[in-house]
Amino acid sequence: MSGGIAIGPVVVLREKAAAQRAFAGVEEERRAFRAAIAEAAGQIDRLIASEDELAGEILEFQLALLGDEDLLAPVLRAIADGEAWDAAWASTMDAEIADYRKGGDDTLAARAADLADLKSRVLRAVQEPSAAAELPDGAILIAAELTPSTFLDLDWTGIGGAATLGGSPTSHVAILARSRGVNLIVGLSAEFDAFEDGAPAILDAPEGVVIAGPSAATLAAATARLSAASHDDRAIEALIRKPAMTPRGERVQVLVNIDEPDRLDSIPPEICDGVGLTRTEFLFRHGQPTEEAQFAFYARLISWAQGRPVTIRTLDAGGDKPIPGITFDGEANPFLGVRGLRLSLAKPDIFRTQLRALARAAALGPVKVMVPMVTVPAELTTAREMMLDEIAALQRAGMPCATPPLGMMIEVPAAALTAAAFNADFYSIGSNDLIQYATASARDNAALAPLADPLNPAVLELIARTVAAARHRNVEVSLCGDMASTPHLIAPLLATGLRSLSCAPAQIGAVKLAISRTAPE
Amino acid sequence: MTDMARDLDWIVGNAVIRDPTGLHARPAVKLTRLAKTFEAAIEIRAEGGGDWVNAKSPNAVMKLKAGAGLPLHIRAAGDDARSAVDALMALVQRDFHD
Repeated sequence: MSGGIAIGPVVVLREKAAAQRAFAGVEEERRAFRAAIAEAAGQIDRLIASEDELAGEILEFQLALLGDEDLLAPVLRAIADGEAWDAAWASTMDAEIADYRKGGDDTLAARAADLADLKSRVLRAVQEPSAAAELPDGAILIAAELTPSTFLDLDWTGIGGAATLGGSPTSHVAILARSRGVNLIVGLSAEFDAFEDGAPAILDAPEGVVIAGPSAATLAAATARLSAASHDDRAIEALIRKPAMTPRGERVQVLVNIDEPDRLDSIPPEICDGVGLTRTEFLFRHGQPTEEAQFAFYARLISWAQGRPVTIRTLDAGGDKPIPGITFDGEANPFLGVRGLRLSLAKPDIFRTQLRALARAAALGPVKVMVPMVTVPAELTTAREMMLDEIAALQRAGMPCATPPLGMMIEVPAAALTAAAFNADFYSIGSNDLIQYATASARDNAALAPLADPLNPAVLELIARTVAAARHRNVEVSLCGDMASTPHLIAPLLATGLRSLSCAPAQIGAVKLAISRTAPE
Repeated sequence: MTDMARDLDWIVGNAVIRDPTGLHARPAVKLTRLAKTFEAAIEIRAEGGGDWVNAKSPNAVMKLKAGAGLPLHIRAAGDDARSAVDALMALVQRDFHD
């Protein structure tokens, strides 16, 4: 899902049945095939010129394939054997697509979609152009699938949004839509026949539904949401790529939280000041990752950030995040159990492997290492000793590495109240845990939600004291919990003295908007 | 191995792929584009077996599934084979940056 809400007339995009062509002689088939390839290449060239970098990468690969004589050779052979060019092209590409999909390689399987797209682009190249130019204003497109080519061919400025019955949220089209703010639903659970061309509809991307023929009341509610959202959207569009400023002109760092490598491709690094929190738990989803696998991900993250600081948190397992084979089973109260750094110190082999990968990554760019769930200064001291041990070992082995700043999360009230006593290179407040420990309200207990109030004065006091300790020690402090992603909590957070927030990728715009709208003091 | 491979004098080299995602679409395109600027026959092979494939075919290079942290083997035959191997090694070594 991407984008918001749209209201407009339904346009059902139906696949045109491929016309059956008859073989017209070897010379004519070769000429027609070369003409189709040239026309498709020309179309892709024009798209590359008008599109951004992400789309460019997809299109450059397709263009390169059109210049791949090894790929075209079987088609020319089939033509020489008396086959029509379009049938020969289709079967050659179908065989390649099957080849890309077999073997369970995700990267190749994702490229299979590009091949399928290229196949149809060449087949369509010499046909009449589609009816895309005649779409009614604000149209809600319903399609079985959208290929990247179709997506890029459409002029989305006049289109309300689109829903596809098939497709995957990680497909190129979904990524393109997210990065451009196109309202798109993939995998809509509906029948094609439920939609009638020209009928009014509401596309609600956050909810993942298309309401065909809405009642007057539903329509009025959607219109109200649309008008509020479009006002904010325009404001966000104007400020998202700029540094965040309060109305008084004070700079606020807005960092991003990263928890899935797949999301990186859809987040332009220019919209943030760096990564304030990288959750590394996903690396441990299938057991303990090798040092190399961790290093590869950290390197990718650093390359994505283009010189911006990247804060990486060591494994934060336990509590509500058990990992089979790593965390301890059977604790009566896991939130108060062996979790975070406590677990890392109890399983030093796992921790040391991660510290080595992090120290090696630190040689590639500005990495900051952060340990979670620290209670007393001795724990941080032990963690630092282990990190320096591993760095010394790497250096002895001649492995490139660097010593990254080592900071701590402030989640335990005892740590918040004594923050200045820790030898931390920076602090990052984990508000979710800080709230649950300060209010004694478990995060996973919905009945206690009203008590787990981020605006409880005790919570704000713990944050303010941490900020004061950071100022006193002249080190950085930021906040990376859900509070930083919640627009109405931004003003109270800035009031504690915080000037650095790390939020969910999708909330960066809303958070920057909230910062710009805080009341001048 | 391609048909002509047996009769040629190959110049060989290798370079380690640094990009963590391996030889994916963008590097594959850059590599084939560079290979096509040479007259020499150029082939590459991933570490750990597999066939030599035409370095001028983006489709073949993509399907190599050459992984990160492993050497990519390069060989070329023809008048400008030495420069071709050197140029391709340099491209891989600088992580496909321009």
